[in-house]
Amino acid sequence: MKHIVIIGSGIAGIETASALTDAGHWVTVIEKDVHVGGKLNNWTYLFPDFTPAEEITKPLFSKFQEKDFSFLPNTEIKTVIRNNKKFSIETSGNQQLEADAIVLATGYELFDARRKEEYGYKIYDHVITSFDLEQLFKPEGKLTVAFGKHPKRIAFVHCVGSRDEKSGNHYCSKVCCITGVKQAIELKKRLPEAEIFCFYIDLRMYDKHFEELYRQAQEKYDIQFIRGRLSEASENIDKSLLIKAEDTLSGRPLKMNVDMLVLLVGMEAGEGTTNAARTCGVSCEESGFLKTQDSFLKSNFSDQEGIFLAGSCSAPMSVHDTILHARSAAQEVNDWLRK
Amino acid sequence: MKKEGKIQVWQDYQKEIADDHYFYVRSCIRQNFFPGSEQTFLKILRKELNKDIYENPHHTSCSGIGYHSDIVPFDTIQTIIARQFALMTEAGYKNLAVSCITSFGIYNEIIETWREFPSELEKVRNYLKKATGREFDIPQNVSHASDIVYKFREDIADRKKFSLVNHCTGMPLKIVEHIGCHYSKMFPCKGVGGAEFPNVLAGMIESWGGEVIDYPERRHCCGFGFRQYLIMSNRGYSVSNSRKKFESMEPYQPDAIVSNCPGCPMFLDRWQYVIQEMENKTYGQNGQGIPVLTYEELAGLVLGYNPWDMGMQMHQTNLEPLLDKMGIQYDPDLKYTRKDGKMIGNPMMVGCGW
Repeated sequence: MKHIVIIGSGIAGIETASALTDAGHWVTVIEKDVHVGGKLNNWTYLFPDFTPAEEITKPLFSKFQEKDFSFLPNTEIKTVIRNNKKFSIETSGNQQLEADAIVLATGYELFDARRKEEYGYKIYDHVITSFDLEQLFKPEGKLTVAFGKHPKRIAFVHCVGSRDEKSGNHYCSKVCCITGVKQAIELKKRLPEAEIFCFYIDLRMYDKHFEELYRQAQEKYDIQFIRGRLSEASENIDKSLLIKAEDTLSGRPLKMNVDMLVLLVGMEAGEGTTNAARTCGVSCEESGFLKTQDSFLKSNFSDQEGIFLAGSCSAPMSVHDTILHARSAAQEVNDWLRK
Repeated sequence: MKKEGKIQVWQDYQKEIADDHYFYVRSCIRQNFFPGSEQTFLKILRKELNKDIYENPHHTSCSGIGYHSDIVPFDTIQTIIARQFALMTEAGYKNLAVSCITSFGIYNEIIETWREFPSELEKVRNYLKKATGREFDIPQNVSHASDIVYKFREDIADRKKFSLVNHCTGMPLKIVEHIGCHYSKMFPCKGVGGAEFPNVLAGMIESWGGEVIDYPERRHCCGFGFRQYLIMSNRGYSVSNSRKKFESMEPYQPDAIVSNCPGCPMFLDRWQYVIQEMENKTYGQNGQGIPVLTYEELAGLVLGYNPWDMGMQMHQTNLEPLLDKMGIQYDPDLKYTRKDGKMIGNPMMVGCGW
């Protein structure tokens, strides 16, 4: 029986582990946190059809409980040494593992919005991120601003930490546009009286049902989309926010007051992926995400033989794409081991 | 507003500020606008802090205003800056202390240019050598004078005679801080606290007992903006920019405005008078204006210096409301007298707030 070590137990890690276990391999999943599920645990509803995130995480947890693979929580890899066709792995818990293949499924980190200082995240009271808003959608969340009132005017800023020279991220995070549309609709459902504005560079509705949701946002929910990037936000004396932008379609500067500002934060490779790359000797792209052998036929292969990639450690991905990428990673590992 | 968020930003933008032995380069316009400020800075450094600061009377304008107005070519301004550095090198100094924000931006821009494009540096060395026979070293440290006052703000606080506290109520005075654009907007890493939430003036205000006002148009231009003012037909833009700031800060009832730029205190001061004349509108309390100070003047008041000795009768928005709040005693009859007691003459136009 071949032994495969998977680093990361988010949706990519668990999906890959599940498929490889089904294929008859012995799988060990290493996770730096306590729980499986990764970032998806923090999400409430998923685009494009408002599927509750639980409907994805529950089957994932079932697989985790039902399938016969080893799980090492609170563990990170310390060293990886290649011995002929095997890998010797030492963990932070000083366990020694022998593996025939490694799958990196270390996922992503959300962009730290504090780096866009001009928006005042963690300084102004009512500037939040898309992640924070998702927590407010949970049953215990409260959609209120100053004096416990519901926000009457809300603005979303797209591409925070993506496609942005200043933050050093030139790439598109792919999921933020549709996340913004989904969250704007969700807000409008809960606060029908609220005016909602989305400030965007351009809207990238690339996948199934995305464009339809964007159209629905405008036609059914009266959400206003303004083409222009926010230059800055400031706090008014009543804790509302003064925002400045340029409406690039009308070619005019724009200034408005809003009660809440939502920053649609992008994805970054994150420390876990960077550390895993260093430990395994795998190359990274300029973006920090892990380098694949090519973009078409070998998107699960790292540049180190026997080390495979699954999910958003290799590029920003939606939940849907991550699951597919994880399944294809399992297939590629299986084929490679049988050669 | 969460202070801890700002503190995080400030920690990300700490710069090295030399602690002694400065070669001082003056501003060409501050000596006219706020004539006592630079002298007050030198007095604080030499007399209060016992620092070595030297200035060479042969140094010139950096020509930055000409450069930003497209009158002075880049090669020319680089050579002028090289000459300032040559004077510093000849005097045996390595730490440049810059009075003007425009100059501070120019010095940093040119040093960065030379770092990125060494061929420019060689070209300028050649120009200077041919023109003057001089050679130069690039300063080891470039600090704005406000950086230096910021660095020693606690030493000044230790010597203070007055606090930024309303002596009647015991409440901290509410101070608006305004940073010159070229202090950190060009190179955020070269300003204390960066560009978005600079701490250079906020740090002084808090150390001396005041409370910093953060208002929505804090980052907005003071109204100088070079072409807004230098071209006479654009001056409406200048006053409207300043007005936008005053309108935005007014609800916070600030007791004073402090700035670290030559142009900003000039325009924030003078345009208050103009707006009062044009619209009969004042932004301070009880029909008065909001006093506008340079950071040297503010430090001088804290240290108990005579406001009239610091040239503060040159302000067009009257300073007296702030002096009264701080509990500083002054003789109004001496406002327009010289050192020898003779009158310099009352202004023909009465200042804002009287």
